This record gives sequence, structure tokens and C-alpha cells, in this order.
Amino acid sequence: MNDADQTTTTGSVTRMTEQMTGVGASETPDGLRVSDLNIYYGDFLAVRKVDMTIEPRSITALIGPSGCGKSTFLRSLNRMHEVIPGARVEGTVLLDGEDIYGPGVDPVIIRRKIGMVFQRPNPFPTMSIAENVLAGIRLNSKRLSKSAADDIVEKSLRGANLWDEVKNRLDQPGSGLSGGQQQRLCIARAIAVEPEVLLMDEPCSALDPISTMAVEALMLELKSEYTIVIVTHNMQQAARVSDRTAFFNIDGTGQPGYVVEMDLTEKIFSNPTEKATSDYVTGRFG
Amino acid sequence: MSTLATSMTSRRMSNQGHVAVGLATVAVGFAVSAALNGLSPSWVIVWSFMLYPIAVYVSSRILEDRRQATDRLVRVSVTLAFVVVVLPLASLVWTVIREGAARFDATFLTGNMRLTPEDLAAQNGGEAVGGAFHAMVGTLIVTSVAALIAIPLGLFTAIYLVEYGRGRLVKAITSMVDVMTGIPSIVAGLFSYALFVLILGPGTRTGLAGGVALSVLMTPVVVRSAEEMLRLVPNELREASYALGVPRWKTIVKVVLPTAIAGILTGSTLAIARVIGETAPLLVTVGLAQETNLNPFDGRMTTLPVYTYYQYVQPGIPTDAGQSRAWAAALMLVIIVAVLFTLGRVLARVLQPKGMR
Amino acid sequence: MTQSTIESAQGSGVEGRTGRFGDRIFAGLSKGAGVLILVTLAGVALFLFREGYPGINVDPSEMDGSDTFIQYVGPLVFGTIFAALIALAIAAPLAIAVALFISHYAPRRVARTLGYLIDLLAAIPSVVFGIWGIRVLAPLLAQNVYPWLGDNASFIPLFSGSASTSGRTMLTAGMVLAVVILPIITAISREVFLQTPRLHEEASLALGATKWEMIRQAVIPYGRSGVISGAMLGLGRALGETMAVAIILSPSDGYFWSIITNQNSNTIASNIALKFPESSGLEVNRLIATGLVLFVITFGVNALARRVAAAGFSGADG
Ligand SMILES: Nc1ncnc2c1ncn2[C@@H]1O[C@H](COP(=O)(O)OP(=O)(O)OP(=O)(O)O)[C@@H](O)[C@H]1O
Ligand SMILES: [Mg+2]
Repeated sequence: MNDADQTTTTGSVTRMTEQMTGVGASETPDGLRVSDLNIYYGDFLAVRKVDMTIEPRSITALIGPSGCGKSTFLRSLNRMHEVIPGARVEGTVLLDGEDIYGPGVDPVIIRRKIGMVFQRPNPFPTMSIAENVLAGIRLNSKRLSKSAADDIVEKSLRGANLWDEVKNRLDQPGSGLSGGQQQRLCIARAIAVEPEVLLMDEPCSALDPISTMAVEALMLELKSEYTIVIVTHNMQQAARVSDRTAFFNIDGTGQPGYVVEMDLTEKIFSNPTEKATSDYVTGRFG
Repeated sequence: MSTLATSMTSRRMSNQGHVAVGLATVAVGFAVSAALNGLSPSWVIVWSFMLYPIAVYVSSRILEDRRQATDRLVRVSVTLAFVVVVLPLASLVWTVIREGAARFDATFLTGNMRLTPEDLAAQNGGEAVGGAFHAMVGTLIVTSVAALIAIPLGLFTAIYLVEYGRGRLVKAITSMVDVMTGIPSIVAGLFSYALFVLILGPGTRTGLAGGVALSVLMTPVVVRSAEEMLRLVPNELREASYALGVPRWKTIVKVVLPTAIAGILTGSTLAIARVIGETAPLLVTVGLAQETNLNPFDGRMTTLPVYTYYQYVQPGIPTDAGQSRAWAAALMLVIIVAVLFTLGRVLARVLQPKGMR
Repeated sequence: MTQSTIESAQGSGVEGRTGRFGDRIFAGLSKGAGVLILVTLAGVALFLFREGYPGINVDPSEMDGSDTFIQYVGPLVFGTIFAALIALAIAAPLAIAVALFISHYAPRRVARTLGYLIDLLAAIPSVVFGIWGIRVLAPLLAQNVYPWLGDNASFIPLFSGSASTSGRTMLTAGMVLAVVILPIITAISREVFLQTPRLHEEASLALGATKWEMIRQAVIPYGRSGVISGAMLGLGRALGETMAVAIILSPSDGYFWSIITNQNSNTIASNIALKFPESSGLEVNRLIATGLVLFVITFGVNALARRVAAAGFSGADG
């Protein structure tokens, strides 16, 4: 198992549980507050000193050149980063006021509260469409009545704008869908466990324009209930869907990536403070 | 135009040329055989085969060029090598089927080797008596014991190597699995014998000891194949599962293993096929019995390979009776191995998750 | 917002703890399995030594043969290595040729079937090879080949002495061993030949090479270390192969160079198989000690094979 998981095994799981439960019940989620976050792969500092506030129930876009650490940063927001051997972070990430890297915090619980959608659609090949949607719940060994399961499947698939396309073949393998459908299935799978935050790493980069439109429309709908953070290389996409945008940059290979500036999306794309940002968003980069 | 054509075609042997070379070879083979071995058809064929590559090379040297000649020589030699290898293997399969069919009968499939004086008299009179039912049961028991030890042990080790392990312990286990792969089967038998001397005292033979010996041979095969299969499971699936807040062990049990199950079952089946015909380790650990023994913890047991061996080298009187039983048992073994082998391949096809081909 | 229902539906408190608990058990189980393999291997060495030591250190006069252990095991070591080398000398060239045939000469579809058959043959029990060898191969050679060799080639030490009429000779045993290890070497060689990068092959063909020149330029250099380690694995298997030899060879005590007579040095494995069932007391300990010697020999050969394979891979990278 990854190092961080192992070292925190003996911590007080109960405390975290209580904390998370207490916060989770609150009606006004507080979003994510990242402060002074350094992210490492072994000894290599990949991202340095991030301070960022991610507003609840909005879409935050992360943009920047390849290799600047957007994925790394995103994965550190739900402790997926530490799945990689030797990977670790310093600093704090507060979810509704509690540090997800605090002592004794169970990464497994964090990941249930902060879901993730990956660049390449990755439905479980051994499971049907319905089973894929239920995977997060079933794999956590929840016993579900048939009707409750059906409800969750329908609700999540509707939420992912996929219901009408698959309702007649719910018991067929998820890998039989088109790429765009698979990606929406993965979104349905992520929202079926009803997380607070949804992280998406270039969710449309493997999709055609029509599927991309479908996913974008979906994001705009989902933001009324979820806090969404999306990494994208597509400027128009960032401009279309996001409320706020953070621009990451890197000074050279081997150097750590960092946040150049973060602001309302309109401002970043029309009148950014930093020259590097305006160069990047207008395509005059590098 | 015509000059271009000639510059782009090289001198090539015609079809008639090849036929001529072949006929010439047979003629020379005829002569050599007559001179050395006396004229027999098989020797003519043998000599012709051995001389054909040389004939091809020489004629190609003369009619074409050196590079073509070498190329042809290699092509012919490689093809002949294949024929040379197929011959003994085909002969083996043919012999086993021909000799084994004679006694592959109901008595053989249901009987054992506790022969009454009447049986022996009947055998002297040329009747078919004696069977290998007890040996089949023994093989089933011993192999099951081996599989029950080796498959879980191998699978969990593979899981450790792929999913959990880090650093020096992984290195140590990997290289020890390599060492284990190379243990001669008789040494595995001696190990198990020595182990059970400690537990049960010297000279004892049990099915359990045989199972332990076979498991030593089987475990590394299971580890290797399961490890390979687990590594084929895309990391993205693990990450997708973690991102849903699923703990690691459940990710392994419910996502990784089901995805790899086809390969793991195939590997285990092939591992069973590998050890089911092992003779030497059972010779020293399980021994031989005349009748069915269902208890792996107590007493000797006959297994098919050991039965084959003893029926062949100590056939009793008349010799043919015992050796026919040996061949029937050999046929049985070959059938079992072939079935397991094919089953393994079919399992791989059928169980492979759709979309993972 | 349905936050509270999530909490109750997920029951994260209990789940978190059981998840942790399950993880610890599962990690422990799998680690335990790995460690058990290490322990088993240590056990193999330890128990063989424990049971073998009395046989090594025994006073010769206590044994009926009245040899010291070295005198006893010497001819067996010789026979083991001799038989395995004969097998390798026959099998390796054939196996490489057959692997080339399957990978580069046979038509695609045929090649796949052939590969499958070769794999299947590797699984045929050696006791079956043994009885085939003594029933078919031994008489064939004894009638057609050995007398001729004895008459015409006896100036070569390998073919000196009176030719066997039963065919139960070192050469027959070596040939059957060759048939046993052939599928193994073929399978490994075929694998590495098939892995030759297409780019290398095409580069060579584009320079106007014939097929053989392409194979020599691209396939063989790429596959060399794989083939060598495959051959070494085959050698390891031949060293430890028991039944084929036990059934075929007619053994005598001592060192014998001729491979066509009825007097042959036995191999360690075959000697154990022949004597163990009827042995008791110190005799058993001595046989186990010879098994330990066999273990050491095969261990050395296999270690060398891995060396070669590893060296080849790093070489291919660089
Ligand atoms: N598993 C890893 N081990 C070591 N270093 C890594 C690993 N993954 C990424 N890195 C390094 O971390 C830095 C940031 O990578 P990251 O994948 O986060 O970039 P990115 O901004 O997502 O790029 P892209 O836009 O191409 O996806 C890079 O220098 C990369 O080489
Ligand atoms: Mg990325």
C-alpha cells in the first residue's frame, strides 16, 4: 500500500469520521482551501507553494502548459497523489474547514467525498453499465434493495445525461459504449456516491466535439450541487464553462510548477494581471 | 526497356530446376544407401533428406549466386529441422495411442491391481485383468492437495508482488521464485520426504507428502502467470476504484482480480497440467499401493505416472499384460494433459472480460 | 443537498474502520504468502542438508558399496552432466532452427497452431517420453545405427566399445532428453524471435538483404541472449530430468566415455529414482545428499542463465 496510507493507518479514524460527518451535514459547503501546498514525487518537487481557494458550487478551471503540474495538483486534492509510490505533499488542504491531510484522516473517506473523473474513460470491464454506476456503493459493501439500486442507477445516469441512451441495455458491459458515452458513464459512477467535489482531469480530451458539448452541458448542470475542478488544455472550454480560472506555469524542465494567477474567468481571458497569463491565453506562449 | 528489365531480374532457378535437384538427390541417396547400409527404402529416404540441403546449395551456387544459395540452404535446413523434430513427437503420440488403446477398456478404468489367483490365471490365459482406477483416484487426490496449497500461495504472493510489495522483500521473493522454478522435480520430492521424516518418522509414504512435493513445483508457475496477469490490469482501473473511495483490498478483490481472472485460471490450469504427470517426486514420497487409498494423511497411494512406470519396468508375467496397462495409463495421462491444456486456453477466451481483448 | 443521506448511506465510520481492518488482513495475508515462499526455499536447502549430512559423512565401511561419498557421487555427477550436454548438443540447434521456422518461415496461421502444439508437448509427462524411448527409439538405434557406428567410427572414443544391442545407451538417453527439452528451448527462442522489432527487420530488408541476411542482421543479434538463456534453462531441465533416463539407461558403476555401449555412468536423478524405493537407513541419507549435489548444480546453471538473460536485456537497451 502507499506510504501515506500505511503510516496513517493507526491514526484515529473515528475522529475524522466525526469531523467529516459533522461538516458533511452542514447545508453550506465551504469549498476547498489550499494553503502552502508543496507536492513531491520522491525528492522531486513537482508543484510548489500553492495557495488557492476553490469556491463551492462553482466550476474552477486549471490551465497551463504541459508538465506544469495541473494533474499532480488535482490528484493531491483527493489524496490520489499518494497512490504513486514515493509521492507525498506538504501543506494543508481544507475541505469545509478540515484538513484532508490531517493526522489520522482516512484517504478512503476523503475520496468518497471528493470524486474524480479521468482523462481516459475507464469503466470497469467486468461490470455491466448498471454495475458500473453502482460500483462505488457496492464496492463499499453497501447492501442495497433492488429498488434503491434502480433509483440510484437512473438518477445518476440521468444526472450524467446518459439515461436515454442506455436505459434499454443497463445489463450490458460498460466497455461496449462509445468513448463519449463511457466518459459520461464514468461521471455517473462518480456522482452516484454523491461526493461534494468532483475533480476532472481533461475529461473531454478523448472525446469528439459533440460528446464534449454533452459533457460541458452536464458540468454546468452539476455545478448547482457539486463543486467542480477541471483541468483543460482547451481555452474555449475553460472560458465557456468555468467561473474562475487558475493559470499554472513552469520555468523550465526540472523546475517546480506554480500558480501564476487565479481570478474570475472573464478577467483571466480579457485582462489578466500577469503578462505570462495573457501570453498564454492569447496563444503567444513560449 | 529491355535492358531495364534484365537489370531488375536476377538469375533464378526455375521450377523444373528444383524438381531436377530433388530427383538428383534421391538418386545419390539411393547410391549412398546401397553402398553403406544395403538397399532399404528407409535408408534411401534418410540419406536423401540429409543430402537435400547440400544439393540445393550446390545447384543454387552454380545457377544463381552465393547469397541466394545461402538463403536457400537456410530455408531448406530450417524446414528439415522442423520435420526432424516432428517425427519423434508424432511417433510418440502415435505409439501411445496405438499401444494404449489395447487396454483402454472398462476393466482398466474401474479395476485396481489387487489381483486374485484367479485373476492371475486369467492373465496367463491372455485375458485383460487389472486396472488403474486406484491410480486415477490417487492422482486426483495428490494433485488436488498440490493445487490447494500452490494456487492460494502463488496467487497471494503474486498479489503481494504486484499490489503491495516494495523494495528488498520483492526482490528477494522474485529471485527465490526464479530459483524455485529451477528445482529438479526429484529434489522437490526429496525435500518433501525429508520434511515428513521430521513429522512422521523415516520411511513413511503419504499422499500428503506427494502433494507438498508437487506444490513446490507448482507454486512458482502459478506466481509467474498470476503476476503477469495482474500487471496487465490497467492502473486506470485501480485509480478509478480508489477515486470512488474504495479501500485497496476491495479494489483488488472486486476490480483487479475479476479483470485478471481469465489469465489466472488459465495459468493455474496449465500449472496443474505441468505437475499432474510428475513421476519422480511421487516415487519417493507416495510410493505404490495395490488398491484405492482415499486418505492422503495415511499410507501409500498409487498415482498414474508411478503406475505407468512400475507397470512398464516391473510388468510381471506375462510381460505384455503389465506393459499394456502401462501404455493405457500413459494414454490416460496424455489425454488428461491435453484436456487440461485445451481447457486452459478455452477458459482464457471465454472468461476474458469483453472489451479487454 | 443530500449530504446527510450520504453519510448514513455510506456509514463511513464503520466502513472506514472495516476498510482499514480488511486492508491490514489482506496485506498481511499476501505478504505472508511471499514470506512463506522464502521460508519454503530455505526449508528445501535445510531439510536436504539435515537428512543428507549423515550420508555425506558416513564411514565407508558402514555402507555395502564401501565408497566414500565423493567416490560414490563422482560418476553420478559425471553422468548427469554428460547426459545433459549430449541432450543440449542435439536439442539446441534443432530447437533454434524450429523456432526460426515457426517465427519467420511458416505461414502465419500454421505458425500459431505449431506454437500451440510445441507448448502442449512441453507438458507431456517425461515418463511417457521414457517408455516411448525404450520401446521405439532404443531398438531402432540398436538395429540401425549403433552397429554401424561401432564398426566404422570406433576410433572416436565416444563410439568405442561393443555396441549395445538393447539400445539402452547414453546416446539413446541423451536423445530422449533432447526430445524432452526441445519444446522448452523452442518456446523461449520463438518468443524472442517474434519480439524482434519490425523496424529492424524492415530496415535490413530495405537494404536489399535476403531473408537469411535479415535474420542474421536483425533477428539473431536481438534474440541471442534470450536464446542462450533458453538453452541454459533447457540444460537445467535436462540435468534434473529423472524418469526418461531411469527407464532407458542401463547403468554401471564408474566413468564411461562411450555413448553406444551398455555400460554407462548413471545420472544423479535416475540413480535416486532407481534406488530410493528400495533403500533404508544410511542409504537413504546418501541418496538425499546426492540430491543436494544436484540441487547445487542446477542452481548454478539457472543462476548463470538468468545472468545471461539480464545482461542481454540491459545490452539491448543501451
Ligand atoms: N508518477 C510520476 N513520477 C514522477 N514524476 C512525475 C509523475 N507524474 C508526473 N510527474 C512529473 O511531475 C510534473 C508535473 O506533471 P503533471 O502530469 O502534473 O503535468 P500536467 O500539467 O498535468 O501536464 P499535462 O498537461 O501534459 O497533463 C512533470 O514534470 C512530470 O514529469
Ligand atoms: Mg495532466
